Amino acid sequence: MNWKVCIALLSWLSAGTASAESPVALMNGYTSEAARSAPGFVPSAQRGKDFFARKWGVSGKMPNCQSCHGNDLTQESRHVITGRRIAPLSPQANGERLTSSAKVEKWFGRNCQEVVGRACTAAEKADLIKFFSNPGVKS
Amino acid sequence: MKWIAGLMLAVLAGAAYADGGRLNIPANATWQEECGSCHIPYPPQLLSRQDWQQLMGGLDKHFAANAALGLQERREISAFLQRYGASSERYVTNTMRISDTPWFKREHREVSRATWADPAVKSRSNCTACHVNAERGDWSERGIRVPGGRFEDDDD
Repeated sequence: MNWKVCIALLSWLSAGTASAESPVALMNGYTSEAARSAPGFVPSAQRGKDFFARKWGVSGKMPNCQSCHGNDLTQESRHVITGRRIAPLSPQANGERLTSSAKVEKWFGRNCQEVVGRACTAAEKADLIKFFSNPGVKS
Repeated sequence: MKWIAGLMLAVLAGAAYADGGRLNIPANATWQEECGSCHIPYPPQLLSRQDWQQLMGGLDKHFAANAALGLQERREISAFLQRYGASSERYVTNTMRISDTPWFKREHREVSRATWADPAVKSRSNCTACHVNAERGDWSERGIRVPGGRFEDDDD
């Protein structure tokens, strides 16, 4: 392998690891956004878990996030209306999750409106991502 | 490797075509992604252009779900649906549901009420409950597996 290939490979690798589109980077982004109005804000997997399970009383068919995403975030679930398979939400089980801020924003945008009845706050999103990344958090 | 895949596709296509179940679904990555998250991406040719147009105009209230899209995606997908959408009145309905078109009703006239209510089917939007290879474009009778097996179609 010559040095040019080496450098190309190295820069490709480092570009991969330094990507802003990772679960941690996304969570950090929402965390700093939340900290602007609540200084010292720290995301909590437990709060995320409670949010995820809470029945909001907004949508009849989709009372909470679990309606479509199930109770075990490391497992595939099924869309409550169409039966469509939904890949696991946890990046532990699904490496594609939380790797695109555009996608994450799109789905928070749709699903928060749908299930919660309003947009989710940056703090709630940070909590949720923390929970998705640590789905085994004990109550 | 590529030619083997090509050959297999050709064979599959041929087999499906033989019993009239092959739908040549045009490729569009945006449509596939955006219209294929909550249900399979329904083939554009199964619904009339006017139905698609009406549907794309109300994505924030998409059959009781919020499926809102960015402007750019919406434009791209609308153009795709207008290009490949059906023009025959067999695919026209005033509900925007493929399952309410005269074509769909005729095709599914033998499906019992019990089958539609089966927990593995749940909804007429769940095509792959029975058309197990539909996502690969195979809608042939041979590719139908009805949960509970109340609709015998296996002659092979």
